[in-house]
Amino acid sequence: MEVYLEAMEEILRMESITKVYPNGIVANKNVDFSVRKGEIHAIVGENGAGKSTLMKILFGMEQPEEGEIKLKGETINISSPSAAIRYGIGMVHQHFMLVPSLTVAENLVMGIEPKRNNFFFDYKKAVQMTDEVSKKYNLSIDPKAVVDTLAVGKKQKIEILKALVRGAEILILDEPTAVLTPQETKELFEELINLKNQGFTIIFISHKLKEVKQITDRLTILRNGRSMGVHDTKNTSEQEISRLMVGRDVLLKVEKEPAKPGKTVLKTNQLSYYSDADTPVVKKIDMDIKTGQILGIAGVEGNGQGELVDLLTGMKKASGGHILIHGKETTELSVKEVRDMKVSHIPEDRMIYGVSGDGSIEENLISDRFDEKKYNIRLLMNVKKLTELAKQLVADYSIRCASEKQQVRMLSGGNIQKVVVAREFSSEPELIIANQPTRGIDVGSTEFIRKQLVKLRDKGTAVLLVSADLNEVLELSDSLMVMYEGEIVAYFQDASVVTEMELGLYMLGLKRMSEKELGGVMSG
Amino acid sequence: MVRRIFFETARTIVAIGAAFLLALIIIFSVSEDPGFALYHFIVAPLTTMRYIGNILEMTVPFIFTGLAMSMMFTAKQFNLGAEGGFFIGAVGATAVAITFEMPPVVLPFFAILAGGIAGGLGSTVPAVLKAKLNASELVSSLMLNFILFWFGIFLINNYFRDEMAGAMASYRLNPDARLFRILPGTRLHFGFIIALLFVVLVYLFLFRTRWGYAIRMTGQNIKFAEYSGINTTAVIIYSQIIGGFLAGIGGAVELLGMYSRFSWFQSPGYGWDGVIVAIMARNNPLLIPIFAIFLGYLRIGADVMARFSDVPSEVVAIIQGIMIVLVTAERLLAGWKHRVVVREQMKLEELKNGGLNNG
Repeated sequence: MEVYLEAMEEILRMESITKVYPNGIVANKNVDFSVRKGEIHAIVGENGAGKSTLMKILFGMEQPEEGEIKLKGETINISSPSAAIRYGIGMVHQHFMLVPSLTVAENLVMGIEPKRNNFFFDYKKAVQMTDEVSKKYNLSIDPKAVVDTLAVGKKQKIEILKALVRGAEILILDEPTAVLTPQETKELFEELINLKNQGFTIIFISHKLKEVKQITDRLTILRNGRSMGVHDTKNTSEQEISRLMVGRDVLLKVEKEPAKPGKTVLKTNQLSYYSDADTPVVKKIDMDIKTGQILGIAGVEGNGQGELVDLLTGMKKASGGHILIHGKETTELSVKEVRDMKVSHIPEDRMIYGVSGDGSIEENLISDRFDEKKYNIRLLMNVKKLTELAKQLVADYSIRCASEKQQVRMLSGGNIQKVVVAREFSSEPELIIANQPTRGIDVGSTEFIRKQLVKLRDKGTAVLLVSADLNEVLELSDSLMVMYEGEIVAYFQDASVVTEMELGLYMLGLKRMSEKELGGVMSG
Repeated sequence: MVRRIFFETARTIVAIGAAFLLALIIIFSVSEDPGFALYHFIVAPLTTMRYIGNILEMTVPFIFTGLAMSMMFTAKQFNLGAEGGFFIGAVGATAVAITFEMPPVVLPFFAILAGGIAGGLGSTVPAVLKAKLNASELVSSLMLNFILFWFGIFLINNYFRDEMAGAMASYRLNPDARLFRILPGTRLHFGFIIALLFVVLVYLFLFRTRWGYAIRMTGQNIKFAEYSGINTTAVIIYSQIIGGFLAGIGGAVELLGMYSRFSWFQSPGYGWDGVIVAIMARNNPLLIPIFAIFLGYLRIGADVMARFSDVPSEVVAIIQGIMIVLVTAERLLAGWKHRVVVREQMKLEELKNGGLNNG
């Protein structure tokens, strides 16, 4: 490993940082990290490698067990986010911290409001301030727009401006492109390079290597809570970075044969859902999934995909239209009744829907079948049989744990997702509805889950795959739809002919297929 | 798993210890002869058979209301209706015990059953209101306690009141309905055995049946339960009905074991004691009797101390309050726990690293 002690000015250094969470997870272990003034420095690593933890420590949201932080050579103690801001460190979180009902200017000055007569909020001044900073840093935005009405990319801009207005010299961006379309990403990168040229230091957390290669000067790789060294971006290949991140060569290519679609399993007809009387969230969706087929739904999150899945699985009731599974109307059925039709569901948010964190692995693995006859002896549950089942699934799905009685909360994200997948895949499903099945989990688990999905498809299971990960939908889907504002705006019978850029246009609503195009392909 | 139980237990012990320490300070500051007072508070209750009997007989209602609360708390239903359920259960048992002529064993069985049904019917109200109208069971059950109390008084006054008795009291219970004594020299009655039987039944129900599983999953994460296909509306309703049923049985057993007439003209407060016991036992049915005995011991100790020394029994009520606050304090000892976890993980890490370097 090379040591970087070159002439270029080092602005911040974190030395042998160690952080252990109360649940015993060692998130950082002796991590050294340093950035130079005016560089864009990436922190790369798989999910769970400790990137976010390291940055939370830097931003005062977590306190390390060991280690120290030096700013311009001086040791400092960052006890809270407000202390971090005082030291000129700003952070843009993955989930925005904005008040949606207020305007851009109001959000921007929150906590540092300009006052008239030392008492009254001076909105005019706030607008003026917003205008000034947005011009100064070339981040164009309308100060009077209500945040709720803005696109994700704009909201992110407000977050960046918020940090700048508070005097940040070092900006931490936590996975800033995760929620952006390719077009918005491009715009963000231009702005970041502009900021860099003005002397700002930017720490860019990511696991998308392409982007890291594209805009960063140096990068620090984390694996399993440890630093795998600092590297100059231009001298390091994507291959090398990925090897250091994962510890082995990975190919996220899933080998799969062409699909052999058979009979229709799931069909919807003009399916609609209104969140209240006049807010349509899912608009007149027609679709058709056949046995042995993976139908992907791409789209920026929050365009009705979650609601669509809830309708199909019985968790929400449709406002209009029909759902047919194996030709039988299921629109009004309960979750239980839908599940009894051999439908499995991998939910979007595993900690909220997928598992009970306080329950044991075993309790979580049996939640869909604990009341079946074969697991009960009259009044009592057949504990022996249930434990056998749990042991079997833990082994089959290589869930890494001390025992099947361990609390699910104690497992890593990837293993928690494996618990969900083990339960949902082992019930001999004829239809799997997978919503973001690999979000936020390590590469090994991702690979495993994707392979399982393809395997089930080959056995004749119909799969509906909803994912915001373009790579995932393109890699796995046989056919592909794009959802935008609750509607299907594109349908590709053959997913392999679609490019990321093209998908981006549909996802942003910049392009849509005509009724005829959509209808034409659907029936074909 | 083992570590979790260890910390939970340690926390309970520390909380009780800290509360006792505070008790000590209070007793020392209010008493002329603190040693004498302390002796009667802590040691005396264990010296005679009569006191021990007092402790155990007091445990019976604590166990039933404690089980009732655990059942509802496990489903995350904050129904505080055990108080009303207990009361109306005793009224139900009174009605049966006065009205019917049946052989010994059979009459108490039906009287207790009637008490349970009365309690269960009572808690159906907040349960259904919660499930159908999303009305807070906390509020409706608290209000229901008043309704059940006055309804019970109304029934006793108008249908079962013995005008010949001096104070407000019912007719004498049929002697065949009463539960027999099981420990000579004390008033400890067969209800204690029934209570222990229910501890086992409730444990089996919660941890070994599909309905208990549904209750636990609904309590841990209701969204997960719904997603899994569990009928959470049904769980919300039956967990509370069973809770009311248990409280009602408690009231019936207490009445048949300890009294010859129904003579409560104020609610005895065992429902609230059930909340205390359930919280200390962290809703684990098997721990309920232990904490019920502990609470009984505290109460009898306080009584004895108040009778023989210059320390009033209210001091003990204060100690109880402090104990509950400390037991429920999630963050108590969090720092210590964190340090232990860090140390353990560091050791593990070193082992792993050693392995890696060699490999």
